[in-house]
Amino acid sequence: MQSTESLFENLRKDFPILKRTVRDNKRLVYLDNASTTQKPNQVIDAITDYYQNHNANIHRAVYALAEESTEAYEATRDKIADFINIKNRQEIIFVRGTTEAINLVAYSWGRPHIKEGDIIVTTEYEHHSNIVPWQLLVKEKGAKLEYIGMNDGGELILDDLDKHLATGKVKLVTFSLMSNVLGTITDAKKIIEKCKAAGVLTLIDGAQAVPHMKVDIEKLGCDFFAFSGHKMLGPTGIGVLWAKKSVLETMVPFHGGGDMIREVHKYEATWNDLPYKFEAGTPNIADVIGFGAAIDYLVKIGMDNVREHEIELTKYAMEKLSAVKGLRIYGTKDISKRGGVISFNFSDVHPHDVAQIVDGEGIAVRSGHHCAQVLMERLNVAATSRASFYIYNTKQDIDILVNALNIVAKVFKL
Amino acid sequence: MSGNADIYHEMIVDYSRNPINYGQIENHDVTFHDSNPLCGDSIDIDIKIDENKITDIKFHGKGCAICMACSSVLTEITKGKSIDEARTIEKHDVLSELGLEHLQAVRIKCALLSLKVLKSALYTYIGKNLSDAEDVDKLKTEAENLY
Repeated sequence: MQSTESLFENLRKDFPILKRTVRDNKRLVYLDNASTTQKPNQVIDAITDYYQNHNANIHRAVYALAEESTEAYEATRDKIADFINIKNRQEIIFVRGTTEAINLVAYSWGRPHIKEGDIIVTTEYEHHSNIVPWQLLVKEKGAKLEYIGMNDGGELILDDLDKHLATGKVKLVTFSLMSNVLGTITDAKKIIEKCKAAGVLTLIDGAQAVPHMKVDIEKLGCDFFAFSGHKMLGPTGIGVLWAKKSVLETMVPFHGGGDMIREVHKYEATWNDLPYKFEAGTPNIADVIGFGAAIDYLVKIGMDNVREHEIELTKYAMEKLSAVKGLRIYGTKDISKRGGVISFNFSDVHPHDVAQIVDGEGIAVRSGHHCAQVLMERLNVAATSRASFYIYNTKQDIDILVNALNIVAKVFKL
Repeated sequence: MSGNADIYHEMIVDYSRNPINYGQIENHDVTFHDSNPLCGDSIDIDIKIDENKITDIKFHGKGCAICMACSSVLTEITKGKSIDEARTIEKHDVLSELGLEHLQAVRIKCALLSLKVLKSALYTYIGKNLSDAEDVDKLKTEAENLY
């Protein structure tokens, strides 16, 4: 057994992109993992192998290739079931990503269930993908969108939820398990408890949480759960919507087409079984298989180790960054309540200027509103800089970031 | 200093700290607002016009150092020009003033947001004072071909 420290040092060699240099031979310091992660050889090879050796459409043809490709595609569904503890594989629907998953719920569940005067509750720290689909739905239905506010420490004010639930009109409460800007880990247990007591359904946006910590759907007890493959070493264009079978059965199809039908006649059609009812058309077979390889990779490391590694990095980064004069970190200081995402502003320097200067040192950080303008308004800032970590990041990466911030200070005479 | 820090020379940092023509004009003849959805930069420009001449121009809003510096330079160039002269201001006129001719594609929108707002303001003003539908169409085409 190798030590966890050497485990994380050794895995860097699996990521070919980390070998390249940027901006005049500088080490690539990739700190935009909340946006998307890099891919290990194991994932890249799985996709190449599929196209080189097994490529065929799934679920229909009887020849050897089709059988292999169907088997590999469906194997990822089983891997996901094991990975986040889902008892019934029929409840796992492949989508393009978290955004499509939430839109699917807003359309296929929202259409038959939401009526005039109903309320959908979201939170102030949601990504636009967990706000805009609901805005579209409530506008169409004459329903209402309400918010759970956030306190100055970057945590949700659950009293707001109580107030909304007390109206008796709430049909769905939707929230992210981890904020993509502040890294705050939501107290999902408490929210779901309250919603269950009120007979209200819950949707969890797991895009930021699933890649970084052990998630157990059965334990959480929510009704819908969404996440993306590309934020957890997998390819882009593939994600998952999970929902309880009893809920999925009350939903209308999202897209019509091949694979989602049982029988089609001239003027009517009947739907295929779950999950295929919601997987119309030829799916993203290669990337589903690549996603399976990503899950294998994470399972091998162990999600508890992933979380521990990130706690270590976040702690180190918070210490180092807090020591930079004029640098303000947003969100909670309590490491146990946050993931490896640090949003900050540096004196009066605009985040775009910060990002540009540190890019010159080979560092990829994100700057802007991070698709969370409601949160930016709440924080009363136009934008922030954001550094977010993953398994291949090291303390050296953080040291390089801190050094680059010193250059920013010099340029802007801070 | 290396790499990308080079574009942040003295003038840009100074303009971003102390922008020129920053503020609002209460009795403006035309005002326009636009923002950059990618980064959240947001600029308003107020213009005072007397006998087809831009006698005063001010901008306000939020933006990065590049955006603020370019807005300062643009308003300086524009002040005192006739409307027709101001219409011919091009991106090169702003960028060259600050040595930003080789700015990367991702930052060019920061640099040119204020120029876009200025042109939109001018066309709004001209459009308001046009009676001929054909002229309005011509103006629309010109505006669409700006970027």
